Amino acid sequence: MSRDVARSWANACLALNLLAVDPVGLRGVALRARSGPVRDVFLDLLSREIQTVRIHPAMSREALFGGLDIAATLSAGRIMRTSGLMAGNDACLLLAMAERCGAELAAEMAQCLERGGRRMVLLDEGAEPGETAPRALMERLALHVCLDEIGRQQAQMPETPRIDEARLRLADITATDDALRRLVVLAARLGVDSLRAPYLALKAAKANAALRLGWRVEDEDIAVGAGLVLAPRATVIPEPPDDPNPGDHHPESREGGAEDSRPQGPPDEILVEAVRPQLPGNLIDGLRDGGHARVAKGAGVGRKHRSNRRGRPLPSRPGRPGGDARVDLAATLRTAAPWQGLRGRDGSVKVLPSDIRLKRYEEKSDRLLIFAVDASGSAAMARLGDAKGAVEILLSRAYASRDHVALIAFRGNRADLLLPPTRSLLQAKRRLTALPGGGGTPLATGLRAAGDLALQARGQGLTPILVLLTDGRANVALDGSGNRAKAREHTTAVARCLAGEGLPCVVLDTGNRPQAVLADLARILAAQYLPLPRADSATLGKTIFQTIRDGLDA
Amino acid sequence: MSKVFPFSAIVGQDDMKRAMLLSAIDPKLGGVLVFGDRGTGKSTAVRALAALLPPITAVKGCPVNSESPRDVPEWAKPVGRDTEERPTPVVDLPLGVTEDRVTGALDIERALTHGEKVFQPGLLAASNRGYLYIDEVNLLEDHIVDLLLDVAQSGINLVEREGLSIRHPARFVLVGSGNPEEGELRPQLLDRFGLSVEVRSPNDIEERVEVIRRRESFENSPTRFIRRWKAADIVIRDRILNARRALARTTAKRRVIRDCAELCASLGTDGLRGELTLLRASRALAAYEGADEVAIDHLRRVAPLALSHRLRRDPLDESSSSSRVVRAVEETLG
Repeated sequence: MSRDVARSWANACLALNLLAVDPVGLRGVALRARSGPVRDVFLDLLSREIQTVRIHPAMSREALFGGLDIAATLSAGRIMRTSGLMAGNDACLLLAMAERCGAELAAEMAQCLERGGRRMVLLDEGAEPGETAPRALMERLALHVCLDEIGRQQAQMPETPRIDEARLRLADITATDDALRRLVVLAARLGVDSLRAPYLALKAAKANAALRLGWRVEDEDIAVGAGLVLAPRATVIPEPPDDPNPGDHHPESREGGAEDSRPQGPPDEILVEAVRPQLPGNLIDGLRDGGHARVAKGAGVGRKHRSNRRGRPLPSRPGRPGGDARVDLAATLRTAAPWQGLRGRDGSVKVLPSDIRLKRYEEKSDRLLIFAVDASGSAAMARLGDAKGAVEILLSRAYASRDHVALIAFRGNRADLLLPPTRSLLQAKRRLTALPGGGGTPLATGLRAAGDLALQARGQGLTPILVLLTDGRANVALDGSGNRAKAREHTTAVARCLAGEGLPCVVLDTGNRPQAVLADLARILAAQYLPLPRADSATLGKTIFQTIRDGLDA
Repeated sequence: MSKVFPFSAIVGQDDMKRAMLLSAIDPKLGGVLVFGDRGTGKSTAVRALAALLPPITAVKGCPVNSESPRDVPEWAKPVGRDTEERPTPVVDLPLGVTEDRVTGALDIERALTHGEKVFQPGLLAASNRGYLYIDEVNLLEDHIVDLLLDVAQSGINLVEREGLSIRHPARFVLVGSGNPEEGELRPQLLDRFGLSVEVRSPNDIEERVEVIRRRESFENSPTRFIRRWKAADIVIRDRILNARRALARTTAKRRVIRDCAELCASLGTDGLRGELTLLRASRALAAYEGADEVAIDHLRRVAPLALSHRLRRDPLDESSSSSRVVRAVEETLG
């Protein structure tokens, strides 16, 4: 274990040296570590070679990207601009708390990196496996380093190699086609799709060759490139090449490079073995979840942002212009007007920084609760009345948080949208009370109608949450035929689809006894399952609102 | 301007390149949406296309790139009567952009320092007769998206704010790129794009190696690399120019139009925009390939580009939308 730790510290130091040799090509380091002495040592080492500037996701846009400094402009009487830390100077950017950086900011920074050729170090302090620095930035930085298991004892200051000499020879380092091909093949085997990865790995290999004062990329350089650039990005565990079925991953890659790659089989295996200890530890957890963890997370970020609309304007208030604030020009002038006499009447309006008023908006709650209620004969027999009661409880809670609600009822062979998304709780209650029961249970149809509505609402910037109330006895298929097996199959298919969209969902079992089928359905939907017979109104409300909160945080 | 990777040197990604060429031949197609994984060369291709396009003639000093002096909007005067050649404008719409910057607004600097009310044209003005490129389009704020949709539809940018009333033409080709992992695009915006392409990393190892090799030699000596590909780029540019001229005489037989309609009907696309775009795109492709009239084969090749983003989601069909289009093409066109 200690040898592994020593090695990962050595790797971290090597990454720094490589960055010092080729800062332009490698772009930077994504550093995953809690703040602490080890990270401090690492950052000390970094600043020994490179000048650094610290930035933070919560910094204002003007500070990061530059803009008009209105306060300074007003007091100076001429145009003053701030250049922004992302632009202009040559120092390396240290992004603290990179895991808190939203997708929009990350994309903007990434565009800045592309344009300006800046270098960046992400300080990712994420505690959970899913909590990472934004992928748009991680992707562009060659070196990924994790310091989590290294203790202060192991983190010794290494001796500084001859960086200057290495820098001089960097341009003359050559790499054979074979070296490039091996990195590309390895990237494909590790399931790294982006072509930036092998490209950056080649750069790292070249920097390493320069660092050890060689002239061409050798095997050890390739191993360094693979270890520091490719291994941390791996999404699959490489399979041995003699496996007749190399997964569904790039089946053609083998045919394409068959002639060339076969003689290199053994060294490739050595390479794979070399990077194996550096594969991310949580890789296996990710695979167990079906490998979709990343995708779902990405969708969550987008959804959260989209749910913020502009909202209702509020009275403007004093403040410094900056960040996303917009100056309310009329209000500012109104504030400045009374003082004009005192400020000297020379024909022009004098506005001071203290006059500035900013526009404010009130954001509304954007949640939409979609109730999909089973009104079939079987459900009506059982507890349609109770289900209605449960919905009413939820409605009153929804009223308190000003959520939107929508109501879908399914029975016979169809699903009806009884109430399109609205804030009118009274209407929801009326329609619900008047809801008749009877007929078969077209669960798939109802689920699909609810899913369509949810996706549509999401497109409009709402955050939909599905509440399904049914007894689970699906007996009508999507095409309206009364085939129990087919109905079940269709329900599962629709549920899978909805789960793929990552809709937060609650399944309320309204049957007299809890149905195993429904528990399964809830599992497919990744939903909270709640048998109604056991749930009193208080737990019901609590569970659903817990789900809602999770849905928003996801 | 920094050196741009040549369009002709882009390895593979035929669909993406084709979509971009078609939008250059017929700007009325309504733009291109490129969706795909990271590191697949989306932005590279857009910038390469920009560098490839032939220059436009515009009135000197005109902020909206007017073609002749009588098109220059009133507020932008006085400008001279001389015209000049400009590169086709390709305007980047950065993500954190404010509404004022997009539409143009009262020039706050002049207002504050000189007390003058002057209109400062925004990005929409600069992109008139050219391209408006939005990287990470799915992360763009909703109110900016609404604004863009409105202007793209009318072709006119209208600014009514702070006592200012300004209008100017804003006809641009919208090019968006994004990564679906970061969030999806609203259907309204999706539908505004004429063509859509899904890009992915090439599967073939040799192709991947070639991509990196070219990138490497471009970064090592950009000037030499660009010179090496210059001839190929010029060939493409000439073909675009020829195709633009030929576009008006390229005809589509009644039968082809019927095929378009049948294809769209069988896919159940909403509205008629699908048919119109499909026909336009096939005509542009026919013109690019020097054909006098649109053949079924043209239709077949552009159908996934023109239709795949207009399909309704079908919960029982897990296959990708472009493969659904391909299947429908096989079924209807034989």
